[in-house]
Amino acid sequence: MPESVTDPRQLRLPPKRPIRLSWSDERVRGIVWQVFVVGIVGSLFWWLWSNTAHNLAVRRIATGFEFLRREAGLPIAEHLVDYNPTDTYFRALLVGFLNTLKVAVVGIVLATILGTLIGIARLSRNWLLAKLAAVYVEVIRDLPLLLQLLFWYALLQGLPGPRQAMNPAEGVFLSNRGLKLPWFEWTDAHSFALLAFVLGAIATWLYARQATAKRLLDGRNRPAWPFALLAMLAVPIGIWAAMGAPFTPDIPKLRGFNFQGGLNISPEYFALLIGLVTYTAGFVAEIVRAGIQAVPHGQWEAAQALGLHRGQVLRQIVLPQALRVIIPPMTSQYLNITKNSSLAVAIGYQDIVSIANTTLNQTGQAIEGIAIIMLVYLTISLSISLFMNWYNGRIALVER
Amino acid sequence: MAFGLSAMRTLAAAFAIGTAAPALAQAPAAPSGGPANTLDAVKARGTLACGVNTGLAGFAQPDSQGVWRGFDVEYCRALAAAIFGDANKVKLVSTTAQVRFTALQSGEVDVLSRNTTWTLSRDTSLGLDFPAINFFDGQGFMVKTSLGVKAAKELDGATICVAPGTTTEQNLADWSRSAAVKFTPVVIERLEEIVAAFVAGRCDAYTTDVSGLAATRAAQTKPADYLILPDVISKEPLALGVRQGDARFADIVRWTHYLLLAAEEFGITQANVDSMMTDPRPEVQRIVGKTGGLGPMLGLADNWGVTVLKAVGNYGEVFKRHLEPIGIQRGPNAQWNKGGLQYAPPFR
Ligand SMILES: N[C@@H](CCC(=O)N[C@@H](CS)C(=O)NCC(=O)O)C(=O)O
Repeated sequence: MPESVTDPRQLRLPPKRPIRLSWSDERVRGIVWQVFVVGIVGSLFWWLWSNTAHNLAVRRIATGFEFLRREAGLPIAEHLVDYNPTDTYFRALLVGFLNTLKVAVVGIVLATILGTLIGIARLSRNWLLAKLAAVYVEVIRDLPLLLQLLFWYALLQGLPGPRQAMNPAEGVFLSNRGLKLPWFEWTDAHSFALLAFVLGAIATWLYARQATAKRLLDGRNRPAWPFALLAMLAVPIGIWAAMGAPFTPDIPKLRGFNFQGGLNISPEYFALLIGLVTYTAGFVAEIVRAGIQAVPHGQWEAAQALGLHRGQVLRQIVLPQALRVIIPPMTSQYLNITKNSSLAVAIGYQDIVSIANTTLNQTGQAIEGIAIIMLVYLTISLSISLFMNWYNGRIALVER
Repeated sequence: MAFGLSAMRTLAAAFAIGTAAPALAQAPAAPSGGPANTLDAVKARGTLACGVNTGLAGFAQPDSQGVWRGFDVEYCRALAAAIFGDANKVKLVSTTAQVRFTALQSGEVDVLSRNTTWTLSRDTSLGLDFPAINFFDGQGFMVKTSLGVKAAKELDGATICVAPGTTTEQNLADWSRSAAVKFTPVVIERLEEIVAAFVAGRCDAYTTDVSGLAATRAAQTKPADYLILPDVISKEPLALGVRQGDARFADIVRWTHYLLLAAEEFGITQANVDSMMTDPRPEVQRIVGKTGGLGPMLGLADNWGVTVLKAVGNYGEVFKRHLEPIGIQRGPNAQWNKGGLQYAPPFR
C-alpha cells in the first residue's frame, strides 16, 4: 500500500513491553483464545470431513476426483476450446468455466457502460430523460432476474425460423437460432496479430503515462497517438502480412436445417447476457448517481467558474472524484453478475454450474462437483476483488 | 438467487450427506452397512416421500384441482397403501432429471418413481438400487410435421432439444457418432422450458423417452402438428429407484410392482378384489393375503395386497387409466404371456 494512504494513527505505535506468561497479560489471553477457537473450528471440519467420507462409503457413493479423466459423453453446444462428447469430464468442465467467463467478462463491461450512462441520465437536466432513467432503475430492480431471463429467452424464441430469418445486411441473419455474422477462418497469423495488438495496447498505455509524467515536468506536449498507431496497428498488421496475410471469409449460409459457417451468437448466450446486463445496469446506475452526488457542489461551481462546460466538468472533475465512492460498491455488483450467471441453466446456456450439475448427476459425486463449482466462483470472485482493490488503492485520495 | 435453484438444492443435499447423523449410518439394524432403515423412518414420519417428474402428462402431472395424477403417481400411492394401508399418506416431490439422484441420496425422497433408466453406472456408483422395471421404453425423436422429416437419419445438421442429466443426452451423443449425424444440442433443465423452446422452433427436434414424447405430444393443443419418428435409438428400462443397501425397503418396492402385475395376470381388479377373497386358486389366496402370510414376510400387513389393489387397481388398469388416453400402447409392457416383457415371479 502506498505511504500516502496509511492511516496516520498507525504511525504512533504504543510502547513495547515484554510478554508475561500470565493470564492477566492480555496478549497471552488473546493467543490462548485464538488457539482454542482454531482448534474447535479445525475439529469441526475434521468431523465433517470424516463423517462425510464415512457416510459416502456406507451409501456406496464413489468419491475422489478420478472421474475427471473419464469420458464425459455429454454434448455441449458452445465451446471456446475444441470439445467433443468423447472428451473427458475435465475438458467439459473447462468448457463450462470458459463459458461462465465469457458471459461474466462481457457482462461486466457492458453493464458498467450501460449503468454509467443511465446513472448520468438520471441526473440529467432533461426532465424526460431523467424520469425515463428513474423508471428504468425502479422497474428493472424490482423484477426477479430469473423472470427477466425467461422473458428475454422467450422473446428471442419468438424470432422467425432460420428459413424466414431476417437479413438486415449482407451475410447477417437474425432468427430463433441466434445471430449469424460473417467471419473469417481464424489462423495462427490472426492469433499472433491479436497478441501483438494486446501487447501494443499495454505498451501504449505505459508510453502515455510516461508522456504525462514528463509533461508535468517540462510542460512539453508529447502526443501518444503516433506511438499508438505504430504499436497497436502497424506492428500487428505487419506480423499478419509477414505470415502470408491469410484471409478466407466465412459467410453464413442456410444449408439444411440451420445456418452453416460464420460467427454465431446463440439465443441462450444472448438472452443471458442481455438479462444480466440490463438487470445489473440498474444497480450500477444507482451507484454512479450516488457517487456523482457525493461530489460537493462546490466542485461543479469552481470548475464552471474556470470556464469548463458541463460535459468537461463531468468527465474531468466530477467523475474522477466520484470514482472513489463508486468503486467499492461496484466490486460487489461485478461479483453479483458472476454469481447470477449461474441462472444460465434455466435458459439452456451451458455454464460451469450446468455442466458440473450434469457431471455430478452422472458420476454421483455431488460433493466433488459442488467443490469444483465453489472453486471456480471463488477464483473468479477473488480475481475481481483483488483487481478492484488494487484499482481502488490507485485512485484513492492522495493526501498531500 | 445467487446460485441456480438446482445448485442450491444440490448444495443442501451434499451438506445433508456431510452432516447426516453418523449414529444412523452405523445402525446395527442395517448389517450390510446400509443407511438407515427406510421403512422405519417412513413409518415414524407418517408419510412416504416419493420423487416424481416436474409435470409430464400421463406420468405425473397436477390435474385442474391441483391433485397429482399419473402412472408414476399411482406407484407412489400403491407404496403408501402397502406401508400405511392408506394411499394418501404420500408426499409427492417433483424433481428435475438433473437433481433426482441427489434428492434420493440425501433423503429428501425415499423412492424415485420418475422415468428413470436403470443403467450399470447409476446402479453401482450413485448409491442407488433399481428394484423393478415398471415401464420398458426407448429413446425417440419428435419433430414438427411441417419440417417434412420422416426418419432420424435425416436430422443431420439439426438443432435438438434435450434435458441435462439424462441418459437421453448421452445416447444422443453416442448415436450422433455412430450414425454420423451432426447436431447442435440445446440443453435446458426444466421440462416445461425445453418443450416451450421446441414448440417455439428453437430446435428442429426434441428427444427423450418415447413415452415422454407421446405425453408431450398429447399435451399440445394440436398434437397432429407433431410427429414422433419411428426410430428408437436406445433401451430405456424405466425403473423405480431406492437408496442402495436397504434390501428390506427394496423388497417392498419390488413386490408392490409385482403385486400389480400378478393381479392383472390373475384377473384381480380394483372392483373385484373383495370378491376374490373367495377365489379358490391358491396363488390368488396368497395375493389377497388369505393364506401364505406373505405380507408379514415383507414387514407389511397380511391384507397389504387388497389395500394396494383397492387403491390403484392392477398394472393393466393403471396403464389403461393413465397411458392409453395419451396414445401409449402396451407393446413391450404387455404381460409375458401376451407377448410382452412384464413378468411377476411367483407369489409363494
Ligand atoms: N429415462 C431418461 C430420461 C428421464 C427424464 O427425466 N426425461 C424427461 C421427460 S421424459 C424429463 O423429465 N426432464 C426434466 C424434468 O422433469 O424437468 C433418464 O433416466 O435419464
